[in-house]
This record gives sequence, C-alpha cells and structure tokens, in this order.
Amino acid sequence: MDSSRDSNKSINKKSDKKNVISKALVCAFPHTIPILAGFLFLGMAYGIYMNVSGFSFVYPMIMSVVIFGGSLEFVTVSMLLSAFAPIQTLLMAFMIQARHLFYGIAMLDKFKNMGWKKFYLIYAMCDETFSVNYSAEIPEDVDRGWFYFWVTLFNQIYWVGGATFGGLLGNLITFDTKGLDFVMTAMFVVIFMEQWSKEKNHMSELIGMIASVACLLIFGADNFLIPTMVVIVVMLTMLRKYDEKRALKESGNDTIKEDLKEDAVQ
Amino acid sequence: MTITQQIITIAMCTLGTMATRFLPFMIFNEKRTTPKYITYLGKVLPGAIFSMLIVYCLKNVNVTSYSYGLPELIAIIVTVLLHKWKKQMLVSIAGGTICYMLLVQLVFR
Repeated sequence: MDSSRDSNKSINKKSDKKNVISKALVCAFPHTIPILAGFLFLGMAYGIYMNVSGFSFVYPMIMSVVIFGGSLEFVTVSMLLSAFAPIQTLLMAFMIQARHLFYGIAMLDKFKNMGWKKFYLIYAMCDETFSVNYSAEIPEDVDRGWFYFWVTLFNQIYWVGGATFGGLLGNLITFDTKGLDFVMTAMFVVIFMEQWSKEKNHMSELIGMIASVACLLIFGADNFLIPTMVVIVVMLTMLRKYDEKRALKESGNDTIKEDLKEDAVQ
Repeated sequence: MTITQQIITIAMCTLGTMATRFLPFMIFNEKRTTPKYITYLGKVLPGAIFSMLIVYCLKNVNVTSYSYGLPELIAIIVTVLLHKWKKQMLVSIAGGTICYMLLVQLVFR
C-alpha cells in the first residue's frame, strides 16, 4: 500500500515538474522571436562568410557552439587566416568580449540558487540573451530558472542553426533580405525604452550614451568599447560618491533636527 | 595554419570569452557576500549597457557620406513611436525592421 502511494506521489511530482518546465518554455519563447529572425540571418551571414573564406561548415558549427559570441566569431575567421599567435588571440578575445563582465555583475543576484542551470546560463550569456533575461518581466507563477534556461538555449539554437546552414549553403543563396540585421538594433532600442520607463533616475542611461558616442568619435568603431566601459565605471563611481555625500548631508540634517526635537521635548 | 594550430586558436577565443562571462561569478561567488560597491554597479550598469549596445549596433553608420545615417535615424524613430503607441515589443521591433528594410532597399539605394 505505502509503496504504491509513494510511487503515486513521485509520479505527481514528476508531472508537476514537467508542467513547470513546459510552462516556462511557453512563456520564454515569444521573448526570443526577434532574436530568431536576427540570429538566423546574422548566423547565416557568418556561416557564408566562413564558407567563402575556405572553411568547411564544421568550423562555423563548432565555433558557434563553443565561442557563441557573434562579433568575435567574425574576427576569428581572419585570425585563422593569419599567422599563429595564441597569446595575442587570447588577449584580443578577452578585449572584444570584455563587455560580458558587465553582464555578469548585473546578473549576480538573478542567477543565485540556479543549481546546475547556472553554469549554462553563464556559459551562453551573449548580448541578446543577457538583454532579454535581464529585462523580461517574468510572471510570478513561472519558474525563473527555467525561463532563463529556455531563452538562453533557444537563442543559441538559432545562432548555431543559422551558422551551420550558412556554412553548408555557402554563396549559393542571394540576399534580398538586405537590412534585416536592423532587427537587433530595434530590439535594443525597445529594451532601452522599457528600462528607461522602469526607472526615475536616468543618469546611467545618459552616462552610457554620452560615453559611447564620445569614445566612438575619439577611438573609432573598432576600439571604442573598452574606453567606453572604463568611462562608464568611473562616472558611475563618481555618481555614487556624490549621492552618498548628499544622502549623508540630508540624514545628518535629519539627525540634527531629531536631536533638536528631543531637546525640545525634554 | 595546421589543424592543431587552428584548434588552439579557436580554444583561445573560447577561453577569452568564457573568462569575461565567468569571472564576475567566480570573484563574487554565492558563499561570500558581494561588496556593496559591486551590488551598486550591478544595479546601475544595465541602463548604461543598453545605451552602449545601441551605439555598438550603429557604430559603422557614416553620417558624413550618403545615406547620412538617415535610414537608421528614421527606422529608430518609427520603432520608438510604435512602442510608445502600442507598447507591444514584437510589433515595435518588426515595424522598425520592416521600415528599415524598405528604406535601404527602395529609397536609399
């Protein structure tokens, strides 16, 4: 008797867990549709680029799985075509991808207690996956961990699929899809607006905008990301010091007022 | 490059990428309490990041020669207006993208 009841329980638990997983999947998928369009297109462009550079489709397929970072993968093609320089390659890769350091810092809290999923969530956190996972408003009855997991996995499947397909097709297809890559820009613009409307204080957005544009003008399109990141961190740190001082002054005034009140009562 | 050298090159790119993704989580792991300064950065950084990503997407737009960044500017305005109006993410993104494609394929050729 007891054992059958136990097995019933475990069956219930199993189907509950299945529900949790599939519910998160259904909730996550719509958030990835713009990325489906963008990644299939960009991934295919990357696969074709590798193909016409003389590489088999196995290269874009494997590189999109292990590196999974669009801009670096394009650069890697030219690295593979020039002289062997492993240390320089490592440093270049770190510099090009340095913006992920910011994503990690922003996700420290959200990825807490994610168990085994955490490794994959960090491993495959590209720009787009970070943006969706950070900004999505996940309903309370949907499991956050599974939501993050599906968004991350879907996005990687789109990219790997596009890259492999492009690598297979090579330059057989002609594009009349010119301009489709704008889907990524449009997505970041919309996420930016959502972020803007959530906050009262827009200093961070303004700092980011001014720093990026200024550094782009000074350092050029290929070298502006690292200086931008440095300027952003310095300015946000200065902002915090300023805010602290102001808060201290205000709370200082308050305590003085309270002291006076207490004196008056006495 | 030999096959081995190619594999090492790809491995180095992977290592560099994974270092940037895993470092924050390794330095500020769950067992230790995160310094207040880092928690602060985690809270305020995203706003600046999204600004940076928009500029990053547009970094190769040249405003001094034809088409002067006009298709990008118009399509972004359309995206923003659509989003203010309908507040439907997919509608705004699709609308902005279709507008951009029409502009670069038919108008600014």
